[in-house]
Amino acid sequence: MAQTGTDRVKRGMAEMQKGGVIMDVVNAEQAKIAEEAGAVAVMALERVPSDIRAAGGVARMADPTIVEEVMNAVSIPVMAKARIGHITEARVLESMGVDYIDESEVLTPADEIYHIKKDDYTVPFVCGCRNIGEATRRIREGASMLRTKGEPGTGNIVEAVSHMRQIQSQIRQLQSMSDDEVMVYAKEHGAPFDLLLEIREEGRLPVVNFAAGGIATPSDASLMMQLGADGVFVGSGIFKSDNPAKFARAIVEATTHYDDYKLIAEISKGLGTAMKGLEMNTLSQDQRMQDRSQ
Amino acid sequence: MTTIGVLALQGAFREHIRSVEASGAKGILVKRIEQLDEIDGLIIPGGESTTIRRLIDKYNFLEPIRQFGKQGKPIFGTCAGLILLASEIDGSYDVHLGLMDIRVRRNAFGRQRESFEADLDIKGVADQYNAVFIRAPYIEGVGKEASVLATYKGNIVAAQQDNFLACSFHPELTDDHRITEHFVKMVEEAKKSLAS
Repeated sequence: MAQTGTDRVKRGMAEMQKGGVIMDVVNAEQAKIAEEAGAVAVMALERVPSDIRAAGGVARMADPTIVEEVMNAVSIPVMAKARIGHITEARVLESMGVDYIDESEVLTPADEIYHIKKDDYTVPFVCGCRNIGEATRRIREGASMLRTKGEPGTGNIVEAVSHMRQIQSQIRQLQSMSDDEVMVYAKEHGAPFDLLLEIREEGRLPVVNFAAGGIATPSDASLMMQLGADGVFVGSGIFKSDNPAKFARAIVEATTHYDDYKLIAEISKGLGTAMKGLEMNTLSQDQRMQDRSQ
Repeated sequence: MTTIGVLALQGAFREHIRSVEASGAKGILVKRIEQLDEIDGLIIPGGESTTIRRLIDKYNFLEPIRQFGKQGKPIFGTCAGLILLASEIDGSYDVHLGLMDIRVRRNAFGRQRESFEADLDIKGVADQYNAVFIRAPYIEGVGKEASVLATYKGNIVAAQQDNFLACSFHPELTDDHRITEHFVKMVEEAKKSLAS
């Protein structure tokens, strides 16, 4: 008997994306540029994060017309974002046949306490995380893939770096702990004990973890891969740059060959201006998207 | 020792290395053309076939991999790898390596929500094999050189032609290494006969 929506099928889908770049797009034309450049998937949105930031107000799931337009334009997988805790937005996207849902802090949360119970769905979910507590809670809720939160729409890599380092260092800490120490650690971090034991055993998270939130250049993508990311999401970084097609190709190459610095030098030449970035200390507390969930 | 390379441009290459090593061979990640000289067999992993093809072109892998196969060295393609090996794709879509006489349909079972796992019998390789299909292609037909190893609901999902092996599912995602072991055997035999 065939079984759909199993953990293996949902997590496996993310495994196939490894070493790849997932790009935010807002229409069919951008989706085709992304596919042509070698993206492993596209994220269909109404606005890229930097425009969401600029527009203010409540950010919601994209108009299904846009998602459909993107799904019809490309043969690579299409992801779309639902608001945190917005069960209906997620069900709507699932009914449309979207390949992956991002329960995302880039949109304004619909629920300030509860995330979606994601293991009820056939479609797999990706969620953002900053530390082992957030990572393991999302996995236990049913996320099949993780990504760093970073600070979306800033073109500033500093937060994504800090989140990736935090998780990697916590995995290493776990590996030196005894069972009783893991129990206290579980309590302190609000992390499921058995999942921590599994991570300690394997020396890694049980799902793929991508980098996201602030990646703007080929070197940024390479940096995140070196810090242990399985792949890279680029939001505003591509279509807010001077030459999207060229940036997209260069970021794909830098992700594949993240430790080939000569090549990264070569592909970074004459790329034009990257997106304009934002300093973290210019953001007020309510502009920090990463703090919208825990 | 037999060395098997896994094309590591994009996709689930680390899992294949694990499976190769569990099957008693040495596994290495292949990122550059020169590395093809160091290996006895090649696995083209699952991933996004369009992405892998772009990178194959970018680093001029296409012809060297074709030559590798034509010398009689075994190649095993899983999912995206199967698409890359095929001689015909979706009727007209641009063919990649074209090493196997098989006609392939991409995303043949549907989108991700239709992805599934099911038990299969793989002729001469493994019975009751738990196969994981992810946005998988299937083989619509094989030429007379190729033989069918497994079907699912009447669609061909595994085939072999001389030194080429292909399947639409992901043997690297389970702990059942019987298919990889079969491929390792193919590589060992080819190595012997190429040396003699």
